[in-house]
Amino acid sequence: MRDIRQINNANNDDKVIDACSIFGAMDRSGGAFSGESVIKAIANMHDRGNGLGGGFAIYGLYPEYADHYAFHIMYLSQQGKQETEAFLRDNFETIACEEVPTRPTPRVTNPPLVWRYFLDINGCKLENQSEDDYIVDRVMKINTCLGDSFVFSSGKNMAVFKGVGYPEDIADFFCLEQYKGYIWTAHGRFPTNTQGWWGGAHPFSLLDWTVVHNGEISSYGINRRYLEQFGYHCALQTDTEVVAYAVDLLVRKHKLPIEIVAKILAPPFWSDIERLPPQERKLMQALRQTYGSLLMNGPFAVIIANNGEMIGLTDRIRLRPLVVGEKGDMLYLSSEESAIRLIEPELDRAWIPTGGEAVIGRLKEEPCFKVAGVDTITTAEAV
Amino acid sequence: MNSKMKEKSNSVVKIDAGGVYYKQLNISLREATSNGTRKIELYNVHGQRYIGTDLDKPVEIQIFGTPGNDLGVFMNGPRITVRGNAQDGCGNTMNDGEIIVHGHAGDTIGLSARGGKIFVREDVGYRAGIHMKEYQDKKPVLVIGGTAQDFLGEYMAGGVLILLGLNLSEGGYHKAKFIGTGMHGGVIYLRGNIEEHQLGREVGIAELDENDRRILKRYVTEFAGHFGYDAEVILRSRFIKLFPCWLRPYSRLYAY
Repeated sequence: MRDIRQINNANNDDKVIDACSIFGAMDRSGGAFSGESVIKAIANMHDRGNGLGGGFAIYGLYPEYADHYAFHIMYLSQQGKQETEAFLRDNFETIACEEVPTRPTPRVTNPPLVWRYFLDINGCKLENQSEDDYIVDRVMKINTCLGDSFVFSSGKNMAVFKGVGYPEDIADFFCLEQYKGYIWTAHGRFPTNTQGWWGGAHPFSLLDWTVVHNGEISSYGINRRYLEQFGYHCALQTDTEVVAYAVDLLVRKHKLPIEIVAKILAPPFWSDIERLPPQERKLMQALRQTYGSLLMNGPFAVIIANNGEMIGLTDRIRLRPLVVGEKGDMLYLSSEESAIRLIEPELDRAWIPTGGEAVIGRLKEEPCFKVAGVDTITTAEAV
Repeated sequence: MNSKMKEKSNSVVKIDAGGVYYKQLNISLREATSNGTRKIELYNVHGQRYIGTDLDKPVEIQIFGTPGNDLGVFMNGPRITVRGNAQDGCGNTMNDGEIIVHGHAGDTIGLSARGGKIFVREDVGYRAGIHMKEYQDKKPVLVIGGTAQDFLGEYMAGGVLILLGLNLSEGGYHKAKFIGTGMHGGVIYLRGNIEEHQLGREVGIAELDENDRRILKRYVTEFAGHFGYDAEVILRSRFIKLFPCWLRPYSRLYAY
């Protein structure tokens, strides 16, 4: 096991306890917008974090490379970079690559190297795998087998920027004011049970999936062991990682709609299931029995995103906050309402979803999936 | 950062809180109240925490914007009016005074309150009134105009909690579950329907007696006054009373 403590923990705490901040903004008409408002909003919740992690996910980010897998990779050493680039050459065709532009930011210290690669699988041997499976397999190899290299994101037309610092400082460091996207999610971290290091900052990502999280996945061990059976290897030493892999398994591999996935991650209590109409009861029982090992126990509020979709979800007894705001096509999710109001004072609607109730924002032209009989799910569609 | 104290006319101090850090804002409030100011208006409030903490003068504070978590924490006397929504922990361990929210409020409103009154026009989040308590004449009151999410009155040890459900449809049900879980003191008056399974095991249901009616009338009248309702109309509805079945549910647990 590599010693990641050396990377960055200015406070040198073993354990600190508070709350993270999460924020998400989506233009459901697909219009790309600058992240300035999102940076302002997450900075407004500065006191929820402690500077040991900040990060952003942006969708619709690389339209010029929309068909290629965009890898953002962090290197802790030059040797790691050399090894990984040799690995990339063996496994992909590199369309373009460069160091992710950064600027010196006084409060971001000892940053690692971060590079981005636009990759194609054309001509590579897929070994009876889908392209996405091929990517997942390679990401796991880089994270677990190659030295000093960690994949921050590996999806198409999206990327993750993250590191150790307050989110507004990380935004400054990565020059995020120059990017545009139709979904932005953001995170300010207050590490509770694990180290503050660059790989442990949120969002956690695999393929197009990203997750920002406030809380603590107490079931991490069970979730992790379950996911390992399907080839997902947790390498980033933070509980949130399992949420990203779980949604990839359930949605991409098992073809479940996100409405059902929400009922797996935050299932109704058995006492509530007993009172459901027979068909729905059967469905919920089957989900709990089949996917008991993917139940996310403990307090959480998460914003999950992928191309065309942003989802807010809390644990079923809502031990962490989540507020929803809507203004026209804009959908906002936040730990605190004030952060939304700061950038959009006149909301059409602001509300607080019930624990375990998924709030789903989708691009307008995307087909809307409705699950028969599950009427407790809020689908925040643009009108 | 300095707070921008705008003007002091007709004894109303107006403070532009835009970009002001919460510590500085609370210092400004403390200075203003100790100078004898009795009316303060805060503008551009965006998430500053602990507004009004520790203030012990009968000052009136109007907040325009969205105050941050733990609004009025440990407050002892002021009246805070929020022209907007409140976040989590509103009225935390408040000792005296009033908080009037012209909107909704987040989780754990009135947590551990020891006195004073809180009125919310619309809904509240999880665990409203958690561990409110009372002692002799100190009796906190929390009146909610809309509905509440789960664990309303959790571990409640005293005080009066009134849930009006004014936004429920005719004959509609509250959705909150685990109401009064761990409750061992105080009383909840509830308008709108609930099913028994929505209650914690420690809670009993009763009809209101004359004394209950008197208490209810007093606080519903205050609520109606704040938000422009007709108290008589509200009071004509059926209310139920929720009370703790045992005052010391864990006494046997600790007896050996």
